[in-house]
Amino acid sequence: MTQDSVPKDTHPTGPAHDALMSDELRLQMLKFATLQLRDSHLAEDAVQEALLGAFRHAQAFAGRAAYKTWVFAILKNKIADLLRKNQRLVNISSLTRTEDDGLEEALFNQRGMWQRDERPVAWSSPEGSAEDSQFWRIFEACLDDLPPNQGRVFMMREFVGLESRDICAELEIGVSNLNVLLYRARLRLRECLENKWYLDGDCRC
Amino acid sequence: MLNCHKATRLMSEAQDRPLTLNEKLALKVHTLMCSACSNFEKQLPALRRMARTFARQQPPAGDKPDKDRK
Repeated sequence: MTQDSVPKDTHPTGPAHDALMSDELRLQMLKFATLQLRDSHLAEDAVQEALLGAFRHAQAFAGRAAYKTWVFAILKNKIADLLRKNQRLVNISSLTRTEDDGLEEALFNQRGMWQRDERPVAWSSPEGSAEDSQFWRIFEACLDDLPPNQGRVFMMREFVGLESRDICAELEIGVSNLNVLLYRARLRLRECLENKWYLDGDCRC
Repeated sequence: MLNCHKATRLMSEAQDRPLTLNEKLALKVHTLMCSACSNFEKQLPALRRMARTFARQQPPAGDKPDKDRK
């Protein structure tokens, strides 16, 4: 499948068209797919197929947000298909697992207070790290370390900016389930960044 | 009274829905006393900004798909 087969002049205007052609959206999709498939070739194929599939029905979408939600829904199904084909995903019901892996027990004591050496420290200029390519390698490695469902919802929420209700509808999970997944993803990602960057590599200045 | 575990869960939910007045007050009281949770609270929006920046980055050169592989 090639991009040449996109009938570019069929729907030349409108928000769906703009969203479809947006480089930013394509890059978001590519990151989303690559992190889950762990294969840039498979990811590129999945994104192109999702965009083509979405394009055929693009005029049905009035708004950019609805289009974005929907194109990611297609992509998510493609990714699920590919993962199943590769026998990396055991079954679809695993999509609703919250992946309780003992992180919370490790970070908090029985009274729910931070363990002494797990207390979050103040980050020195978090935005100042943005220009540092080493920081982004660590960021990607930390994302990669998230359990799959936590990584999936985190990316849907924070990369793509989907609303909670859209993610719940898409994954067919309840909002409390989603909140637990997002909480654990943020807890783990924060912990990983603090250990690998802010405590370890930050003070080469 | 909130403990750190519950406070951080509420902080996470605050990224996804508006908190009630009572929830906001309880969090405020907790973070006034707890510097660790106060740090945590500031880091959640930072994580969001990092994620958005990361998602917008170009994939590294040399990571382009070659067309002979399916």
